[in-house]
Amino acid sequence: MQQEMAYDAQGQPHPVVDFHDDYGGAKLGFWVFLMTEAMMFGTLFLLFAIYFYRHTESYVASSGHLDVWLGGTNTVILLVSTYTMGLSTMMLRRGRVRAAVLLVGATALMALIFLGIKAVEWNMEISRGIYPGSGVLDALDRGEILFFGLYFVMTGLHGLHVIAGVALMSWVLLLIRSGGIRPEHTIVMKNVTLYWDFVHLVWIILFPLFYMIGV
Amino acid sequence: MPSFYHETHTLFGHLRNPVLQWIFSIDHKRIGLMYMVLMFTLFFLAVGAALTMRAELFAPGAQFLEPQTYNELFTFHGVTMIFLFIVPGIPATLGNFLLPLMLGAHDVSFPRLNLISFWFYVLGVILGISSLVTGQGFADTGWTFYAPYSIRTDAHVLSTLSAAFILGLSSILTGLNFIVTIHRLRAPGMGFFKMPLFIWGLYATAWIQVLATPVVGITLLLVILERTLGIGIFDPTKGGDPVLFEHLFWIYSHPAVYLMILPGFGIVSEVLPAFTRRTIFGYHAIAISSASIAGIGYLVWGHHMYTSGMSDIARVIFSFLTFLVAVPTGVKIFDWVATMYKGSIVLATPMLWILGSIINFTVGGLTGLTLGAIGPDIHLHDTYYVVAHFHYTILGGVIFMFIGGLHYWYPKITGKLYDEGLARIAFGLAFVGFNMLWFPMFLAGFFGNPRRYFDYLPDFTVYHQISGVGALLIASGLLLIVYTFYRGLRSGRDAGPNPWNATTLEWHIPSPPPLENFPKIPYVDFEPYEYEAGEPLVQFDENFRRIR
Ligand code: HEM
Ligand SMILES: [Cu+2]
Repeated sequence: MQQEMAYDAQGQPHPVVDFHDDYGGAKLGFWVFLMTEAMMFGTLFLLFAIYFYRHTESYVASSGHLDVWLGGTNTVILLVSTYTMGLSTMMLRRGRVRAAVLLVGATALMALIFLGIKAVEWNMEISRGIYPGSGVLDALDRGEILFFGLYFVMTGLHGLHVIAGVALMSWVLLLIRSGGIRPEHTIVMKNVTLYWDFVHLVWIILFPLFYMIGV
Repeated sequence: MPSFYHETHTLFGHLRNPVLQWIFSIDHKRIGLMYMVLMFTLFFLAVGAALTMRAELFAPGAQFLEPQTYNELFTFHGVTMIFLFIVPGIPATLGNFLLPLMLGAHDVSFPRLNLISFWFYVLGVILGISSLVTGQGFADTGWTFYAPYSIRTDAHVLSTLSAAFILGLSSILTGLNFIVTIHRLRAPGMGFFKMPLFIWGLYATAWIQVLATPVVGITLLLVILERTLGIGIFDPTKGGDPVLFEHLFWIYSHPAVYLMILPGFGIVSEVLPAFTRRTIFGYHAIAISSASIAGIGYLVWGHHMYTSGMSDIARVIFSFLTFLVAVPTGVKIFDWVATMYKGSIVLATPMLWILGSIINFTVGGLTGLTLGAIGPDIHLHDTYYVVAHFHYTILGGVIFMFIGGLHYWYPKITGKLYDEGLARIAFGLAFVGFNMLWFPMFLAGFFGNPRRYFDYLPDFTVYHQISGVGALLIASGLLLIVYTFYRGLRSGRDAGPNPWNATTLEWHIPSPPPLENFPKIPYVDFEPYEYEAGEPLVQFDENFRRIR
């Protein structure tokens, strides 16, 4: 496509930014989107903080029930996966498409392992009878009800984001195959990397909040 | 040149069927018009509900409604007016249509996303309305969904909550699209302080949409989870705190008030220069006050909760901050008055609506100050005084501005002129009707008539009856506008590109605009409102090179 020009009163040409293929626009748009995500998780963190302030002891006690080792493993997995995802964008930029594909695949695989471990953890709680609305949980004290209420909501919401991440990565792989993402055209790839960074960042905050205060 | 009515871009390339061409169109102008048709249909439904309420309230005692039906009616009315109509209203309709035109752009930054937000909106409407016909009745919580009642009630709250959630998503996407468009697609030369003021209004609004809506979104989601799974975050029996719900709800919903009003202010700032034929007074002050209203607006939510249990210090702080918002708002109003001062005012219909709205909004704003003060609010809280106050700001203020804007841009959108005579009569009916409808309610509320009741003490009869007559007047005024617009479409004269002698970019292209707005993007190195002897100073030739 030819670059459109606007001419000022002196007849000088000035390039017009078009909405097609506006790299800066796509990047800005994604940052703004991440702000909305931050506001959403921020609200939940705020709720967590308020109830922690009110029920510190039962929060610490309930936190002790969670498995730090499983949670910690998941943290490491996510850390490594942001690294591979970031690396994949770099590789693509350098034209090493095959390496990029492998790295995206590896990231998606780690995301799936993360989800698997998460499922094991949830299952452990649920088999102890602890899930929202259960008789066992409702018989516990209020701080514990709130702790586990928030635990399931926040890790659940985070889990949904991980699932979305896997979907996005699969889409990226398809786009690379069909030429929608090329070394000279990486904006989708960059935004997905940014998204994954965000998902990992949220977990980095969630992990100490839920798992470490009882240690 | 064929207009956007004749050709369009769609999500799926070239479609033959004209209906599909609309449904799948990614042209911002068509999307704006689709919003407009749907939103005004909903608006009139909600007005219908309001008239039914007013009829029930015409005399004390039960007339023809069950109390529960009344609860559902005011919830339907409130939810529709707020979530489906006025919050998304001006940005989604006029904003979508005009933003790229006023910026000198071919479209918004993400045309497909724009269409997707429209579909989300439709989905929200369907979910919201569905509970009307699925047999369980509409929600009965009021539009605020206060916990724990919204957790306990048997009425159909779930679909209404999900509707509000999805509408929030749609609103976020629109806001995001606008922010990026404004940052990226301004015509070359157009700095931020050369943008028309309507764009400033939309810009401030978009940031509120993006930063506040997620808060209410997740809050409503928690109520949904509360009802379905019983997680207990807001449920006092499980240790949750319902007052926290109020905090989170108003952290969104107070800024949402500015979400409604800022685009309206933007319209005022467009119409005034065009009908006084002068540069707007205090351009920078108006632009910056939009931004500061949006900013301070985040900090004042607590004034909705003086009676909900808050420390005295918190109440004093919130009260102080509330008064602070009045400052940038006052700045705007004085700038508008200064613009009119010694201007040669043309009292065409858009100008009438704008003048009416400034009057109504001033009444609404001043009564808002009495509510922002703690003492009076304790007395007036949840009385008709509050109902009158917010109808004065929203209906008398924002909607009057909105309707003024519709008249102003009607020639641009349709290419036709409407009948001035009819339009003026409609304004007169609406203005008189509006004040008859709501002014008595200040008094009724002041003397202690509580809101959200389907009945009242006989002492209040006279106020409600005057109000009932006013409601009929304004409703007929609104219907007359619809008729006027319809007749304009059928048999109006051709408008030409610039019937009002206005200066901003959209008036330099044909009416209705062609598909990609500008054959050539102009270079914009001039202020948006420059007049010389009553004529726009800046003129272009057909290739958008400046000739004057
Ligand atoms: C013809 C115009 C209108 C009439 C006759 C009307 C009438 C009413 C009435 C009778 C109530 C119930 C008062 C009560 O029982 O507490 C009400 C409530 C309300 N109205 Fe309107 N109204 C109109 C327009 C609007 C508009 C344009 C909006 C906003 C865009 C609006 C927003 C609301 C809200 C938010 C409530 C509170 C609902 C609740 O308590 O949950 N109304 N209106
Ligand atoms: Cu408020």
